[in-house]
Amino acid sequence: MTDGTAREALRAHSPDIAAARARRWGAFYYAEQVLRVMKGYGWSIIMYSVGHPVAYLFAMGVGLATLVDAQGAEAFGGVGYVTFVGPALLVSASVMTATNEFTFPVMDGFKWRRTYYGPHASPLTPQQIAAGHIMAVTLRLLLQSAVYFAAVVLFGAAPGGWGWATILVATLAGLSFGLPLMAYSASITEDKGQFALVMRFIVMPLFLFSGTFFPLDSLPLAVRWVGWISPIWHGTELGRVFSYGYQQPPLLTVLHAVVLVALAVLGWFLTRRQFAARMGK
Amino acid sequence: MEVPFHLPAGSTSLRRVHNKATMSSGATGAVQPADEPPTEARPTVITAENLTKTYGDVAAVDGISFSVPAGESFGLLGPNGAGKSTTMKMIGGVTRRTSGALHIMGLDPDSHGPEVRAHLGVVPQQDNLDEELRVRDNLLVYGRYFGLPMSYLKPKADELLEFAQLTDKAKSKVDALSGGMKRRLTIARSLINEPRILLLDEPTTGLDPQARHILWDRLFRLKEQGVTLILTTHYMDEAEQLCDRLIVVDKGRIMAEGSPAQLIREHSTREVVELRFGSERNTTIASELQGIGERLEVLPDRVLIYAHDGESALEQVASRGLRPLTSLVRRSSLEDVFLRLTGRSLVD
Amino acid sequence: MSAGLPVKSAPDQARSRTFGPLYSRNARAVISRGLLATRSTNWLVMLSGFFEPVLFLISMGVGLGAIVGSVQGPGGGEISYAAYIAPALLAVSAMNGAVYDSTWNVFFKMNFAKLYQGMLYTSLGPLDVALGEIFLALLRGLLYAMGFTAVMGVMGLITTPWALLMVPASVLIAFGFASIGMGITSFLKTFQQMDWVNFVMLPMFLFSATFYPLSVYPQPIQWLIQAMPLWHGVELLRQISVGAFTAATPVHIGHYLVMTAAGMLLTTLRLRQLFLK
Repeated sequence: MTDGTAREALRAHSPDIAAARARRWGAFYYAEQVLRVMKGYGWSIIMYSVGHPVAYLFAMGVGLATLVDAQGAEAFGGVGYVTFVGPALLVSASVMTATNEFTFPVMDGFKWRRTYYGPHASPLTPQQIAAGHIMAVTLRLLLQSAVYFAAVVLFGAAPGGWGWATILVATLAGLSFGLPLMAYSASITEDKGQFALVMRFIVMPLFLFSGTFFPLDSLPLAVRWVGWISPIWHGTELGRVFSYGYQQPPLLTVLHAVVLVALAVLGWFLTRRQFAARMGK
Repeated sequence: MEVPFHLPAGSTSLRRVHNKATMSSGATGAVQPADEPPTEARPTVITAENLTKTYGDVAAVDGISFSVPAGESFGLLGPNGAGKSTTMKMIGGVTRRTSGALHIMGLDPDSHGPEVRAHLGVVPQQDNLDEELRVRDNLLVYGRYFGLPMSYLKPKADELLEFAQLTDKAKSKVDALSGGMKRRLTIARSLINEPRILLLDEPTTGLDPQARHILWDRLFRLKEQGVTLILTTHYMDEAEQLCDRLIVVDKGRIMAEGSPAQLIREHSTREVVELRFGSERNTTIASELQGIGERLEVLPDRVLIYAHDGESALEQVASRGLRPLTSLVRRSSLEDVFLRLTGRSLVD
Repeated sequence: MSAGLPVKSAPDQARSRTFGPLYSRNARAVISRGLLATRSTNWLVMLSGFFEPVLFLISMGVGLGAIVGSVQGPGGGEISYAAYIAPALLAVSAMNGAVYDSTWNVFFKMNFAKLYQGMLYTSLGPLDVALGEIFLALLRGLLYAMGFTAVMGVMGLITTPWALLMVPASVLIAFGFASIGMGITSFLKTFQQMDWVNFVMLPMFLFSATFYPLSVYPQPIQWLIQAMPLWHGVELLRQISVGAFTAATPVHIGHYLVMTAAGMLLTTLRLRQLFLK
């Protein structure tokens, strides 16, 4: 760097600076890339984020509610059906979006279009690539949940003052299911339709048996355990506490939060390990 | 110490110009341009000692050692599966070595991956461009991984697109590009951080002849600007065109090392006569060719006679009353070197 | 055929046939290829398509049914909530399967696997391919419908022999959706456009009187829903399930016959445009 001339004003900074910045901000750099890709199908995301809540809240909260509320509201702790399903739908939508974002795009990164391997040749580390992907998806979950919550409010289904906290709960629930799934996606080397199986044998049952459309108690004990292990149930119960002051022992509320955080942390840990192992092979 | 350089063609500030003489003169450091420091004075950018990588019981790279001075164009020549790509991945800090020592710019890639990769531009064997982004966005996004600011990246991306002859494709989708264009875009992407060392893994495999020549021209310009090129190839013509020095690798080991001319001189004769007698007769006729030239090589489809003077060897064949279907006299190539060293062809 | 007439060569015969270059009367070849391919697919994935409506039936029918109790069925009699939604779920499943097979599956094979391009280099015509693919989709739909009807039987939701007719009826529903779906797919170019298919499917699934009667809507909305193809399927299967038929029954059936014919016509025209320029 001895004799730079005016023509050489356009110079990259030195590798030392590049490495130092990448060490510090690498995850953000990759998050930026994922968000740029998402922008490419931004219209679909917006349509989905708005259309999904409106359709579901209308069908379940207004249509189905006429059948359900006619039978008396005591089954739902004294609130209307739309108030009961609102937080559940919000949490479920977040979990489903997380499922989409942490399956096919991860496979794409490692196998189909190998999009993780480009940044891997740059100063970014596998762990930063994983972290960047997660940050971008978290942002999407937050925004989607915020829009969803706005719809819930419009349907008059969030009477409590703490309702906004369901946005955070839904995002957390999405991560607590999505991050362990991401670790699994990163371990798949051959596509044999695993994601269709995850969707139909894990996500759908969790959606349908997590106290989403009716209290878990109305199911026989034989299937109630599905709810207990389900991030959707923990998220939904927690969401109901914030959304309409659903009564439950405080210890249970804490337990729901702990389970969600624990699953997310476990998934994060496994994902980091899986990414480092697979890319460094 | 660092030599400033520009990417676009036609830059006048080039300091290090390799003239053709250096490339083909053979002995390293024999002929140097006047302003060129002697080879010994050039700093070493890569050293590998006894580098080994095993997958389970299989040794993909089996104890190879080499060092590369700055500005050199260094090649790894060998057939598929020789361990070239694995070596490249270890240099690129994306695969951990099993044993041995490896330093890039004095840094160990296993412990300083990000720092090492910050020095490098990498063109992987398989393109991994982001097909969901447009051509120019691929460059911008990649530059961000090096922490480069947009104020630098935007003009730089345009400059590199021009260099890669992709300016009119800037807004195209990546999957609309031809194979050669994708390859050039990958090279442009690898240059976004102005690396002093460029790793190219099979840069022209799968491209048609015209696309290959365009690529070679671009790589040659980088070489003229003093960028250290490390490339793997299984094409001997590519190695001869681009490499100052190369190692011939087979089954994870180094078989020979030197400049293309040096290797040919040491391991082959000046000329080769290729004779085809028809697939059934090549083997039987070989015995009748004994004594012509210095060495005889019988392949399934042809017989090769290695001789200093090809024309006179061919005359001897005729004088023995043998009538080949076709005959050809040519200069020895790296293909012959490889055949001699391993008993196998490079491309089967 | 008299001996005096010149025997036509195979290509000449093909040219003089109705649909000549479009159809070589060999959809069988496409079907047998499809059956061979299923051998190497994951059978669990195949099976999972059958489970989805069953899970819905158990969750909504049993879980929510415990709260809702009984509702008014098509004949006017009271039926359990599970019995009310079961035929609707079967109709939804027929629609989903047919639309998936004729959109995503066809889209992928057309644009990514380039399977059809390979087939069309042989003597097969585009209509052979279309018929073959639709037949495979219907075969799968038939298996799912039989399975689901059996589950309904086990759950005690079948009270009349008429209910067995739900199986052929759901194949008819699938035929209608598959032929329209394939025609639409021929217009689509990117995966993003494929997303729009879902945007149409989700509201149809939720609003076509699947989980609650049409009467909850104001009159104009009811008309809108009745214009949707899925509603006819839901109503048809619901009537069959209790053996209570009305003057609307032939209308529902006719709706699907027209839909199938229109879909096949559209598909044929599009294939002619796409492949025989």
